[in-house]
Amino acid sequence: MDKTWVLAEQRGGVPAGIVLELLTAARGFGGVVEVVTWGPSSESTATVLGRYGAAKVYDVGDIGEALPGPKVAAAIASQVSGGNRPDAVLIGATHDGRDIAARLSVRLDLPVLTNVVGITASGGRLTSDHSIFGGSTLLRAEFTDAIPGLFVVQPKSFVAEPAEPAGQRSVEIVAIEVPETGATNAARIVARHEEERSGPKLDEAAVVVAGGRGLGSPGNFALITELAQLLKGAPGASRAIVDAGWVPYALQIGQTGKTVKPMVYIACGISGAAQHMVGMKAAQKIIAINKDREAPIFTIADLGVVGDATKVVPKLIEAIKARR
Amino acid sequence: MNVAVCVKQIPDTAMPPALDPRDHTLVREGKLIMDESDSYGVEMGLQLVEAAGGGEVSLVSMAPNSATSGLRTALATGAAKAILVSDPVLAGSDALGTAKVLAAAIARLGPDLVLAGTESTDGYAGTTPVQVAELLGWPSVSFAKHVKISDGLLRIQRQTEAGYEEVTCPLPAVVTVTSGVVEPRYPSFKGIAAAKSKPVEELTVADLGLDPSQVGFAGARQQVISVEAAEARAAGEIVVDKGDAHERVLGFLEQLKIL
Repeated sequence: MDKTWVLAEQRGGVPAGIVLELLTAARGFGGVVEVVTWGPSSESTATVLGRYGAAKVYDVGDIGEALPGPKVAAAIASQVSGGNRPDAVLIGATHDGRDIAARLSVRLDLPVLTNVVGITASGGRLTSDHSIFGGSTLLRAEFTDAIPGLFVVQPKSFVAEPAEPAGQRSVEIVAIEVPETGATNAARIVARHEEERSGPKLDEAAVVVAGGRGLGSPGNFALITELAQLLKGAPGASRAIVDAGWVPYALQIGQTGKTVKPMVYIACGISGAAQHMVGMKAAQKIIAINKDREAPIFTIADLGVVGDATKVVPKLIEAIKARR
Repeated sequence: MNVAVCVKQIPDTAMPPALDPRDHTLVREGKLIMDESDSYGVEMGLQLVEAAGGGEVSLVSMAPNSATSGLRTALATGAAKAILVSDPVLAGSDALGTAKVLAAAIARLGPDLVLAGTESTDGYAGTTPVQVAELLGWPSVSFAKHVKISDGLLRIQRQTEAGYEEVTCPLPAVVTVTSGVVEPRYPSFKGIAAAKSKPVEELTVADLGLDPSQVGFAGARQQVISVEAAEARAAGEIVVDKGDAHERVLGFLEQLKIL
């Protein structure tokens, strides 16, 4: 393994959390680790990337109001076809990351391995782990004659750690050209909206309290928010109630939502669909409150309460308040 | 306004999924149903055609053994016709191989817009629609939670990790829609009867002018090394609420020093 590239999506002037996880993983492959970034903050991003082991940062530059997929994929493909070819490209499974991976795959005519939850390097080959069927089965795969290997990796698959000995403080930033992208680059972002949030971020909180259909009505989600606040945690939700419009998508936990690994996960009125469990089963402790004794969530819960969440949670809230 | 909707026919999700022990592909025997996440694309397509006051919704699907059971559901709700690509050489196709097939089929239709789900329920790679867009040389907007067209321009609310973006995009384009974006309609009796006679054009890989080495196991260029049961997380203590279960939860949180 001579060279690995990591895609560095920026969030507010610094790399997204998953980028640091991917850099940590890439360092373990043995070769040089380089990064491709885009957006307005390549300088501040590069400083952080260096601490996590990046030797060089390829900068696509500020792409303005364009969606990243077409330009970033075209810039990387042009490097590869020009001879600057890594053995692997690690891409975080974010919305933009998946778009870039898809377009890069076509540009290079190479397959992509998606939903990766682990990567092992041995004998110059990379083997990827895939958690399938709601986490009950572990599948290992590898590319045959496809270089660079394109891997789309789920968040929280690796624990981010700065490079040891300390990584470089100043990293070489190399601007790379974006070839003509034609009609593919015609979409424009005209406004950005962020959901308001108080308390810790959902994917960083030590305690997550999540609600599902078993809450019965949208109004009852206030119970989840209140319990989360009392425990200094973050509220989350199953896909069912996000789809039903009870709460915004930013709260969704699972396959297409956030992956969480809190100390304690409290599932209230969530049955535990496979796509939900893959997003939370790595919690240290799981408490589940659900009416249906047969709900799959009870097969992984450390403490399971067979009961109505709308009855148990209010009493729990009162009991916690009474302790103070 | 002509809309092509990518539809995947998958095994009934009520049945536990399984891998074929010989080639590690998902077992797709028995009656296939339309992936529920595609029902939102079909409904969105029907609504956009209705709003435009003309045009039609066509379905594009790739499936083994000429399966059409999943397509009939969408035809019954109002789609006009379907293209089904079915060919033994497609076995083992990955997302890119699938995208090549779908893009070639879509090119025959020449639609103004292609809709697809953000990811399938059974394989959930989530890259196929945007690969189709790149193959066609079109723009794409993924994770759309609201879609409308005005003055010939798509106006989309695109989900992001922290909220959403308002995105504009000219046609033709590929858009992936999230589940819940619209409320899929139920087929009427009249629709179900009419669906039986709606045209489903069945094509092979050769009909699409694709090289067989580009699809199937040959095109996928990846292999499964092993499949094993993941380390199971054991079930713990179960209490049935008799009005005091919150006390056990409180005790548990105290034990963990959360309280």
